[in-house]
Amino acid sequence: MTAHEFRDEELLVDVIARLIGDVRHVAVGNASPIPAAAALIARERGKGRPYVSLLQSRKHNFFTDGARELFDCAGQGRIDVFFLSGGQIDGEGNVNLVSTGDYGHPKVRFPGSFGSAYLYYVVPKVILFRTEHSRRTLVPKVDFISAPGTSDANIYRPGGPVALVTNRCLFNFVNGHFALGSVHPGHTVDEIVENTGFDFEMPASAPQTPAPSPETLKLMREVVAPQLAEVYPQFAAQVFGIGKTAFAR
Amino acid sequence: MFQPAKSLDELLAPIGDGCLLVVPREVSGVPMAATRALVRRGVKRIHLVALPTSSLQADLLIGAGCIETLETSAVSLGEFGPAPRFTAAIKSGAIKMKDATCPALHAALQASEKGVPFMPLRGLIGSDVLKHRDDWKVIDSPFANDGPIVLLPAIKPDVALIHAPMADRFGNVWIGRQRELATMAHAAHKTIATVEKIHDGNLLDDPMLAAGTLPGFYVERIAIAERGAWPLGLPDFYPSDADHLAEYARMAATEEGFAEYLDKYVYEKRAA
Repeated sequence: MTAHEFRDEELLVDVIARLIGDVRHVAVGNASPIPAAAALIARERGKGRPYVSLLQSRKHNFFTDGARELFDCAGQGRIDVFFLSGGQIDGEGNVNLVSTGDYGHPKVRFPGSFGSAYLYYVVPKVILFRTEHSRRTLVPKVDFISAPGTSDANIYRPGGPVALVTNRCLFNFVNGHFALGSVHPGHTVDEIVENTGFDFEMPASAPQTPAPSPETLKLMREVVAPQLAEVYPQFAAQVFGIGKTAFAR
Repeated sequence: MFQPAKSLDELLAPIGDGCLLVVPREVSGVPMAATRALVRRGVKRIHLVALPTSSLQADLLIGAGCIETLETSAVSLGEFGPAPRFTAAIKSGAIKMKDATCPALHAALQASEKGVPFMPLRGLIGSDVLKHRDDWKVIDSPFANDGPIVLLPAIKPDVALIHAPMADRFGNVWIGRQRELATMAHAAHKTIATVEKIHDGNLLDDPMLAAGTLPGFYVERIAIAERGAWPLGLPDFYPSDADHLAEYARMAATEEGFAEYLDKYVYEKRAA
């Protein structure tokens, strides 16, 4: 692959890296290789800032007081950006990581809520991320609310969603709803409407998501991919062709 | 002096049927050799608390029929996909599931560490996780006028089961930075550990090692289990066995395949 071509995953990494912005601490949970790559790019560009905590990593994880330290840190407002996904995500930003159908007799069971029912409330900038953009995943109303998109005014809620990134587009979360932010190259607004189960705001004209720059792709492939391989060997092998021997400890 | 248990069965004797058992997440060192021994013994009706998530360990115990209640925040095989026996058991109603969120489990164990009946936690209000937990309560903060907050009852496990890189002959266990293993041990009535090896000397004599040591005061029994986390990894010591985990995911996808897996890797004593 040349520097002018890029994979879908590389575009998503670039989009998320831009969303991260200028912050002090980005944390990435389990099973999130694309957000993890984005966080590592942000750190490379910032010459070591923001701090990046990849929870599944040994190397990219500075916590020394056990798994609870992350949550205690977030509770104090010391984590600025986190990522959440969902088996279902609805138009109000509710995420479902538990099951579809009736909770007692589910049609599909997902792994579980992880830290979402806490972190969504206390991390100021939560970036929602779901590669599969379909009516199956982006639904009018989730069957189970692992964590709600918004809360009543009397609930302690310094955090919440700022955006949703899919394989087709970027949505921004504004006033409790999603608004189409940009359409990824090769995709159309009609296709997005067709494949989205919830209503969203449509700007007069939706810009195209910019392609990753050659510099970004170089950084991603040469510097970030080997770091990522420690935590996500299968992903690094599939997307970046990093062989298993390259990261053997 | 503290004698290591002569066998895993001797080590695991405190885990009886109906035990409230706490185990750690995958990156903290999961006692898989001990878990296979529990399956071989046919332990029943375990109330398993996986702090705060689990992977192969919970899936194996569920598939083998050892679990009555599971309390955790997620079960998944990570890059190897969904946890098939967990998923099947939830759908068939074979286990009682107490869905949680990670910090709630940490906090509930911290309550036991402190000997207090509950801990408050932010978040949760408006989540269906809370809706399905009738053992969790919401109160108005008795202090500042800052709205409602969730209270979680203390979790007091009968046994904490851990795997660690080493222990000494005084019962001290070196856990490094996996401090959640200390939280588990502080909270549980009894802690039992498998370790890769026995360290000569006293871990608490060396200040560099002492900070990462769980004092023997909290530890009931220890047994040596080399590569005791296999096929999972022990971070900083050995990686997980990706080929085996892929094989597990494949075999455990069906009940028949899972039974074959048990015959091949659990009931057969492996010459490791």
